[in-house]
Amino acid sequence: MLEAFGLAFRLVVSFDPDLYEIIGLSLRVSLMALLCASLIGLPIGALVGFTRFPGRGIIIVFMNALMGMPPVVIGLLLYLMISRSGPLGALALLYTPTAMIIAQTLLILPIVAALTRQIIEDLHAEYDEQFRSLSVSRGFALVTLLADARYSLVTVVLAGFGRAIAEVGAVIIVGGNINHFTRVMTTAIALETSKGQLALAVALGIVLLVIALLVNVAAAVLRSAALRRAYV
Amino acid sequence: MLNSLSRRGAIAALISAMLLGVSGGSYAAGEKVIVVQSTTSTQNSGLYDYLLPKFKAATGITVRVVAVGTGQALKNAENGDGDVLIVHAKSSEEKFVADGFGLSRQNLMYNDFVVVGPSDDPTELSGSGTAVDAFTRASQGSAAFTSRGDNSGTHKKEMSIWKAAGIDPTTASGSWYRELGAGMGATLNTTALMGAYTLTDRATWISFKNKQNLGIVVQGDPSLFNQYGIIMVNPARHAHVKQELAQTFIDWMTGAEGQAAIAAYTLEGKQLFTPNAE
Repeated sequence: MLEAFGLAFRLVVSFDPDLYEIIGLSLRVSLMALLCASLIGLPIGALVGFTRFPGRGIIIVFMNALMGMPPVVIGLLLYLMISRSGPLGALALLYTPTAMIIAQTLLILPIVAALTRQIIEDLHAEYDEQFRSLSVSRGFALVTLLADARYSLVTVVLAGFGRAIAEVGAVIIVGGNINHFTRVMTTAIALETSKGQLALAVALGIVLLVIALLVNVAAAVLRSAALRRAYV
Repeated sequence: MLNSLSRRGAIAALISAMLLGVSGGSYAAGEKVIVVQSTTSTQNSGLYDYLLPKFKAATGITVRVVAVGTGQALKNAENGDGDVLIVHAKSSEEKFVADGFGLSRQNLMYNDFVVVGPSDDPTELSGSGTAVDAFTRASQGSAAFTSRGDNSGTHKKEMSIWKAAGIDPTTASGSWYRELGAGMGATLNTTALMGAYTLTDRATWISFKNKQNLGIVVQGDPSLFNQYGIIMVNPARHAHVKQELAQTFIDWMTGAEGQAAIAAYTLEGKQLFTPNAE
């Protein structure tokens, strides 16, 4: 373990170009997936949380259940779609970073949508009486809910990011773990483990953890800066 | 107002940077790239890291290696998800070609399989003369025998030895016979922890860094021969296969330059693969 910490430190300070390439791709893929999943998942979650329609209960159960979708199953289903023999084979997406972004987007979309739905629904219940007494429009009410829930929604987004950057099952199938092209932190860890380079694998894991920590620190700093502005 | 505008600007810049970054990672125009579906031992042993830069320097072609077990590599190649196949299960390779999924198969190189186990060798496999004898002893001993159980080249070889010994180990699955359903490296990690025996290719074994108490107990039996083959995915079946680039790669690998490079690759002073293309 100590050896792994030492190795992790040396890896980072040595500015090993291979390592930084892998970290860069991990961040690029997972942040893009997060962006896509947020653009789709936040509005879907907000709408389902805010509105009432027949079949809503079933959709909510479905959304919640999909949060437990194993990454390897997402990877397999996507592989079957984008393999050269699959229906989308002509797009030549397999073994590219784009395929990895799609896989992670599919993986975290249910998380973003389901948690957003719960937050908006709870807040709506709280505000409902005020909205009625002030007879505000539904559009205004939704905007108010989103604005007041924004810090909780940041946590939702961070949860999605955490799931995306930590998963290995989906990206190793549709990315192929190709050196200098689709190798990310988690697939590199899997590869080093299979080589018996356990200390190096753990060192990469520590680096990954630090990256996740930095992203969360950045979110916390943004939040406190926003809070200070709000109360000036 | 200014604040929120500049913040929006920063977010927009971040998003466009990410989009640019991603598209930049995809295909640059005119770049010559092929995908090789491969067994894992050739990657885990570092062979590709040694060979491919030489090939790129000679031809300008980038080779993207997807290293999975032989069984999965064959399946992926059947689906057309690659231009070239490098695996080690000759009869499956010949079937792959006969079924029209690949053009002709060529020998590329060989090494051998070894049986590894705890260095105190509780089941005394090291006294066995042949692989069949060793497997028979393993089936009667108390120590566990771990199997890849993943339809890989090594797994196919293991099953052929059990068959020759007239033993069906899967009836003992869960007791002394442990099917791991894992890659070679993962299987060796588990085998080391369990104090079990297993069959491995020599290249993965030499390059494996977590041997712990494991050592070679059986080697040198001719039946442990391990032949690697190279096949182009059939362009007649999958029109997107980059025939010209794939042929250049195969010609280089089986030609004087590639074969010499394979012979020159050593790890810890040991040659891992012996070239034998005709």
